[in-house]
Amino acid sequence: MRDPHYAFAYLDERTKRMVRRALLKAVAIPGYQVPFGSREMPLPYGWGTGGIQVTASILGPKDVLKVIDQGADDTVNAVNIRRFFERTAGIATTERTREATILQTRHRIPETPLAERQIIVYQVPVPEPLQRLEPREAETRRMHALSDYGLMHVKLYEDIARYGHVSTTYDYPVLVNGRYVMAPSPIPKFDNPKIHMNPALQLFGAGREKRIYAVPPYTKVESLAFEDHPFEVQRWSRPCVLCGAVDSFLDEVVTDDRGGRMFVCSDTDYCGERRGRKAAA
Amino acid sequence: MYVAVKGGEAAIDQSVRLVAEARRGDASVPELTLQQIKQQLRLSVDRVMTEGSIYDPDLAALAIKQAAGDLVEAIFLLRAFRATLPRLGYTLAVDTASMQLQRRVSAIFKDLPGGQVLGPTYDYTQRLLDFSLAAQMGTVPICESAEAQMGTVPDASPVLELLDQEGLIERQAPAAGDPAPGDLTREPLRFPAERAVRLQNLARGDEGFLLAMGYSTQRGFAHGHPFAGEIRYGKVQVELVPEELGFPVAIGEIELTECQMVNQFAGSKTEPPQFTRGYGLVFGHCERKAMAMALVERALRAEELGEGVESPAQMQEFVLSHSDSLEASGFVQHLKLPHYVDFQAELELVRKMR
Amino acid sequence: MIPILAVAGLRKSYGKRLVLADVDFDLWPGDVLAVVGESGSGKTTLLNCVSARLRPEAGTIRFLTRHEGQKDLYALSEAQRRLLARTDWGFVHQNPSEGLRMNVSAGANVGERLMALGERHYGRLRGAATDWLARVEMDAARIDESPQTFSGGMRQRLQIARNLVTRPRLVFMDEPTSGLDVSVQARLLDLLRSLTRDLGLAAIVVTHDLAVARLLAHRMLVMKDGRAVEQGLTDQVLDDPQHPYTQLLVSSVLQP
Repeated sequence: MRDPHYAFAYLDERTKRMVRRALLKAVAIPGYQVPFGSREMPLPYGWGTGGIQVTASILGPKDVLKVIDQGADDTVNAVNIRRFFERTAGIATTERTREATILQTRHRIPETPLAERQIIVYQVPVPEPLQRLEPREAETRRMHALSDYGLMHVKLYEDIARYGHVSTTYDYPVLVNGRYVMAPSPIPKFDNPKIHMNPALQLFGAGREKRIYAVPPYTKVESLAFEDHPFEVQRWSRPCVLCGAVDSFLDEVVTDDRGGRMFVCSDTDYCGERRGRKAAA
Repeated sequence: MYVAVKGGEAAIDQSVRLVAEARRGDASVPELTLQQIKQQLRLSVDRVMTEGSIYDPDLAALAIKQAAGDLVEAIFLLRAFRATLPRLGYTLAVDTASMQLQRRVSAIFKDLPGGQVLGPTYDYTQRLLDFSLAAQMGTVPICESAEAQMGTVPDASPVLELLDQEGLIERQAPAAGDPAPGDLTREPLRFPAERAVRLQNLARGDEGFLLAMGYSTQRGFAHGHPFAGEIRYGKVQVELVPEELGFPVAIGEIELTECQMVNQFAGSKTEPPQFTRGYGLVFGHCERKAMAMALVERALRAEELGEGVESPAQMQEFVLSHSDSLEASGFVQHLKLPHYVDFQAELELVRKMR
Repeated sequence: MIPILAVAGLRKSYGKRLVLADVDFDLWPGDVLAVVGESGSGKTTLLNCVSARLRPEAGTIRFLTRHEGQKDLYALSEAQRRLLARTDWGFVHQNPSEGLRMNVSAGANVGERLMALGERHYGRLRGAATDWLARVEMDAARIDESPQTFSGGMRQRLQIARNLVTRPRLVFMDEPTSGLDVSVQARLLDLLRSLTRDLGLAAIVVTHDLAVARLLAHRMLVMKDGRAVEQGLTDQVLDDPQHPYTQLLVSSVLQP
């Protein structure tokens, strides 16, 4: 039941309108970081306030919300955020990717492919892909405006010269719609291919840094690479120990203090669904 | 057989119960009242109001109680609360020149009209632990109230006007057309930031950070030859002009600490050599923050005044991006959140590279 | 023939001090112009103004673009000027660490402009870097080393390579050999001379050293107190100076 002391989904209508305007701009310019008047939320900056503000601004009473962190529905951060929306919006929530109309995620894209009319909201800590190379916002703003991305490619070149391959494994920068370089949030690069031509609407919220950006459905999104050193995803040598999947991102779980390890799907819904099917078969 | 760790909700509920217990402490000890916090921890209340960007001592006291004395946590509570409040209107700019003074000192003149009013401050105490405070019901000598003292002070106009009469200090006029200042509580910070926005950012910035930045300017990282022109502490009227009335109506009083720093400047094509200003303003009584703010504020004007930007305190992007205690605390502490998926990716890479 | 750079009426002040007053000159394609003077003469300010790093308060600077004829530099947008600076122009700083990325490898330094222009083939980038390192007489085996480990002379060669990789038509140089050992200077000057000749570069070289002017430049401009007091063919100006100040300069050069 919704807590009547708060507006629907906590934010007042003026704030929602401000966020929605930013979202519209973001969708109109894929990959471009739109500054917005991020508010202090009841969770700290850095803990998903951007994602929460985006979700709160698009949520309606009939929506079904799924919240995941590291691919799982029951990590403490996901639980906290889901309860926040249950309390302030009273909407239905689910752990099933297929049943959600809005998915808020931290650090993963679900393995189950998304469909048209679904919206996925990413929590973003650092929206500026160039920040580690150039901390000044005035400079990076100019670089984006002038498509001056030489610095980014220099970093990739250096990695190849030094290690033989690019050393970035998460938050791997992408080129959106052939124009803007974007930070996809700290998803493992394994997930990058899912951003490309996705039928769902993808929204990105950075509360602390106060930026919103978007990738509309069916947008071309390419991970930065060299022609002769193409982008590659991680592969595991063994399947998930619980469901047998060979195509999902696996978490490494320490089972004993003698080096015992096992590998299980990071996406708990995907793994559970596969196990359910196997049991039914 | 491996079973996925479940029960996050139950663990969270238990954690919330534990922190509520920890906050209360020993139940046989009397519970803190908001009045006690407001009265006897007033300087904590002042800081929380300033960085929380809301003048409400009762709310600040509540936040401090709820946060078990963690002031940054209390500031967070106030800011989050403030974010839900509707904006009713805008007051006129407060007139610190007509402040009802409890304290007014200047380091640049030995004596001045209105005198040096020392007021309530720890500045002249010796920092010896007073064990009599450990006992309850300590007697405090009754002092002639500040209001009564002010009756004997005929003219307490701002010290800097004395310098201004000789044309020795820069004028502080609003920009052409008197544009409305940007509102950091509504809009994101963009660079380069104009002075009004910088001042807002610093006013609600973390005291410790600004203190360190201000200190750095005194130690060679952008030396500005600062002098404490005037420090004022006292009450000011807050006035609003309701549309229906068309004239100002006093809606209350707030306590402010204001610091005006005087710095040197070599002059330019259009200006002869003059003193320049640095400005600091906080709610309640905190001279440390007001003074640090004034030092940093002046350092950030380096570019505007044609000085080279070399030290961190002069760099807008460095100072203004890192001054907010909520942003800093949130992001630093977010490292406690699960990062095992990103870490997994790194683990694979390091293994591969060995 | 149209000058590659046409400068007229250039003026710049710092506060009350007039640093450049009514400077005019033309630079022709493939010509090297030396701007000489003492420190404080305004020669560095002149270089910064004509290379769009500093905005003059009066005067025009017209550049002959590759495909669109002559353009007033300040009629272009900032984006267009930045593109020009990355492709058709080069700027060699006196202190090479200002013109290099000191924390990335030599190869990355040389390849950066190509990457900014869209080159996405690592092998080709590396090939271009190797090629240019050889052209500036550096050991190509050092392609993966950081300039932090290079001597001053090597850093300067790297800076030159980094600038020339996009085959600019106009290069600005600010005291390119000062601060280097005399013997190193001589070799670097030789390199600059052959490069400007082989590539048909137009260049403006600021220097306080008349010997550098003699060696590198076809034409020379003498600055004093913000004014151009004399200009002409280098040999003529040095062998038969007209202006009293130029005569003073020339006569005070120590003969070996």
